[in-house]
Amino acid sequence: MTEAALTYVTEQMLQKKGVWGEDRTSPPVAASDIRRWAIATHWPEQPPPIYWDEAYARTTRWGGLVAPPDFNPFAWPVNRGTMRRTGIPAGKRPDGKPLQGMNGGQTDTYGEPMRPGDLITARTRLLDWEEKEGRLGHTLYTTTEIEWRNQRGALVRRRRAIGIRY
Amino acid sequence: MTTNVYFDEIDIGDTLPEWSRTTGFMEWNRYAAINDEFVPFHMDDAAGRQAGNEQGAFGMGNLRYAYIVNALKQWIGDEAEIREVGCQYRAINQQGDLLTVTGTVLDKRVEDGEQRVYLEVNVKNQTGADTCPGHAIVVLPTR
Repeated sequence: MTEAALTYVTEQMLQKKGVWGEDRTSPPVAASDIRRWAIATHWPEQPPPIYWDEAYARTTRWGGLVAPPDFNPFAWPVNRGTMRRTGIPAGKRPDGKPLQGMNGGQTDTYGEPMRPGDLITARTRLLDWEEKEGRLGHTLYTTTEIEWRNQRGALVRRRRAIGIRY
Repeated sequence: MTTNVYFDEIDIGDTLPEWSRTTGFMEWNRYAAINDEFVPFHMDDAAGRQAGNEQGAFGMGNLRYAYIVNALKQWIGDEAEIREVGCQYRAINQQGDLLTVTGTVLDKRVEDGEQRVYLEVNVKNQTGADTCPGHAIVVLPTR
């Protein structure tokens, strides 16, 4: 009889693989949120006017303010429990300690830009995973897909995020 | 800033104009405040050391991602579009690091009715280390 190989893949992960989770809708995107986002990500220099100067933005092909592509309308949820990314629990380490997590990276494909007044609806699914023996020991790499659409149903962003747990 | 670069004038091997920031708590705290990203190891040196980084607190991957987006946007202008950006978070962003976004055009082609330019991108620190290797696709107009 051989010992079962170490795995951090759980029954819940097997059941949820490829299955979209529930929709979550952001609070309305506000011009002031866009301005502050742009200031913070360009600090200490002034951000481009497309993010804060409505009169200028009207002269562009967009006809008004747009958000930076990396803008996150889901930041600052009032209900701290439900608006967060839907994480699917992975297994336990052999020493009983909880798994450590790291952001491995992401690829974001962008559709329509976000604008003031938009309501963004997100859904998430676990696409796939891989386990390897790495520098940090036994490591689980998960690929999660997160899709954002606006109130017209148009794709805003599709993210493929790599989660690392060890 | 309107149109800065045109599809027909792009050559393979063209590089992004320089986009750099020196980062530390002034940048990280502002990013935490907009993205609601209050993680102890980004805020506190003791928590950073506890997480295994001897130099203390360290910067967010998401902020370096934003820097890549900003550098691309500065290059293409407001009439063009960023279609895709992807990266891996490698070396840690330490306090005081001078981060520079780099990018090189690898290819350009018309696809799905769009004039797309494919780039290799990165965020390098002052030692030249690749902290954030990745790729980008931008859609450019013709003159």
